[in-house]
Amino acid sequence: MKGEKFINPSRIPSIWCPGCGNGIVLHSVLTALEELNYTKDNVIFVSGIGCSSRSSTYTIFDNIHTLHGRAIPIATAIKLVRPDKKVIVMTGDGDSLAIGGNHIIHAARRNIDLTVIIFNNSIYGMTGGQFSPLTPSGKRATTSQFGNIENQFDAMKLLQGAGATYLARIGTYFFTQMTRYIKTALQHEGFGVVEAITQCPVYYGRLNKMATPSDMLLWQKDNLVFKDRLSQSNIEGMDEKLLIGEFVNLNAPSYLQKRKALLERI
Amino acid sequence: MSKTVDILQGAEACAKGAMKAGLSYFAGYPITPSTEIAEMLSILLTKDKKIFMQMEDEIASIVSIIGASLAGAKSMTATSGPGFSLMQEGIGYACMTEAPIVICDVMRGGPSTGDPTKGSQGDVMQARWGTHGDHAMIVICPDSVEEMYYDTIKAFNLAEKYRNPVILLTDETITHMREKVEIDFNEKVELIERKKPVITADKPYLPYGTFDDDVSIIGNLGDGFGTSITGMTHREDGFQSPIPKIGEPLIKRLSRKIEKHSDELFELEIINPNAKTIIVTYGATSRTAKTIIAEGHDEIGLVRLKTLFPLSDNKLIQATKNAERVIVAEMNLGQIFMETKKALACTSTQVELLSKVGGALITPNEMLAFIQEGQS
Ligand SMILES: Cc1ncc(C[n+]2csc(CCOP(=O)(O)OP(=O)(O)O)c2C)c(N)n1
Repeated sequence: MKGEKFINPSRIPSIWCPGCGNGIVLHSVLTALEELNYTKDNVIFVSGIGCSSRSSTYTIFDNIHTLHGRAIPIATAIKLVRPDKKVIVMTGDGDSLAIGGNHIIHAARRNIDLTVIIFNNSIYGMTGGQFSPLTPSGKRATTSQFGNIENQFDAMKLLQGAGATYLARIGTYFFTQMTRYIKTALQHEGFGVVEAITQCPVYYGRLNKMATPSDMLLWQKDNLVFKDRLSQSNIEGMDEKLLIGEFVNLNAPSYLQKRKALLERI
Repeated sequence: MSKTVDILQGAEACAKGAMKAGLSYFAGYPITPSTEIAEMLSILLTKDKKIFMQMEDEIASIVSIIGASLAGAKSMTATSGPGFSLMQEGIGYACMTEAPIVICDVMRGGPSTGDPTKGSQGDVMQARWGTHGDHAMIVICPDSVEEMYYDTIKAFNLAEKYRNPVILLTDETITHMREKVEIDFNEKVELIERKKPVITADKPYLPYGTFDDDVSIIGNLGDGFGTSITGMTHREDGFQSPIPKIGEPLIKRLSRKIEKHSDELFELEIINPNAKTIIVTYGATSRTAKTIIAEGHDEIGLVRLKTLFPLSDNKLIQATKNAERVIVAEMNLGQIFMETKKALACTSTQVELLSKVGGALITPNEMLAFIQEGQS
């Protein structure tokens, strides 16, 4: 299997529940790395805290599992100290957009050369299913049993506003497309984010009438709409539906490029 | 080489000391009274093609210096009161992952926003115990601008040697003060560098299972060792483990690697050791004690704590063994007083507290009055 050579067998089985989509996202990232000919020595994985953040620790790459929300500032420093390495951040929706929300917008503003994979399972998985900033309004979680009355972030709009130069959203149902976006993000110079929608049947699905992994994947099939294929017919019931695709792909000076220019100037 | 006689500000001495120690990554967020350190380093580091980052907050600052350190840089941050509070979770992460970092905390009035422009010594216990969980901490405390320079270098050396955060605990007075220094800036100073792993064919690489005197030998991220780091209780290969049999020796080792060197780490400056009355103090407050002794009060002794933690009870008992009265003078409500009482509990020495809070220094007259008239 592609990407398998990057898995550290002494750390398997993972902590992920049966039916969890995190393995699909990790597989997609490792496939992209193999297809781009990355080796053990030129990649550093950084992750926060959460189910999804465990992904980095299952690989053979140099990896650092950090604090809840803090993967991005740690990765920023690592990239600055080791500019020759590809630095990849693996993070959850709570990790990156709740507790780490301040860091991600500032990293986007700096256009720092990092690839960030947001595992969006619409919930705080690790702590047992509380609502997150990406839990859709109206949905149930262990702390919103009567329906979530908060609005969710649109991570793509938020990060576009903050200055990210590569942004894509995709779901685990679309594995091939996911790998393609991750490859583009890895080759991008600047701050690139792929939001990977992934299924959490145990905590999110069960409370929202999608108790099996297949229910959740079918939800993705029916509700994730490629933004370039948007039409009157598939826009119906847009409440539930979510646009996927590439949202931003800009060529703008990255932080490292600007730093290089600065050091040459002074 | 010859010494330069100069007038320096404490903050400047700290920045110069850090550069001398080989600082290559600084991250911080502006806060009075520590900002001057960041401002100076933004110039010195950039000119030297090293890295200066102004982060979005102190949380980002502390964790980014940890990332930089674990990728091989000598890194530091500087902050004060509220910023130091925000850094506490990160400091514990550095203890657990054995990241060598230097944190300069310039104490100001607290709690909360307190008084940003006034001196204080209110962060002593926070420096020792601010982060959650059992851990060891090295806290050093300069009392002059010149010592700020040398202590900053020392902080980096201790961080590299013990692979632990080192807190350079200073205060508004010492950091903002300008005074005469005599420093040979070109002098060759001893610099300690963390050990690098040696990989042999017959042994697997175990970053948290190979030790030099209880200190882990960890490959820097990016050096190709396959280093794996977590703030969770971890096995020898750096992977998390919930097994108590793995957690207990790890937590004990992390404290032991520093506590067992307490006697050597706990440095004192002693004046008039045979005096019957001894002032135990540190940082800005020791300048007051030195002033009255210099004015001819040789009946008064001084034990100045150059290191606050780890604190060696033995050394404190030895240093005060001739005293009938020990007076702990500090600008807080008795944080080192409590430690001193604990250390001297097995002696018959009387321990008293001369405390002042609110931002003003303890004056020589106040100190003399306390000595002559006792507790008011
Ligand atoms: C400072 C701090 N606050 C809270 C927690 C508890 N905590 C651990 S993981 C987590 C949420 C995880 O959710 P997410 O980031 O979406 O990742 P997931 O587990 O769903 O993959 C929380 C709140 C923590 N570890 N640290």
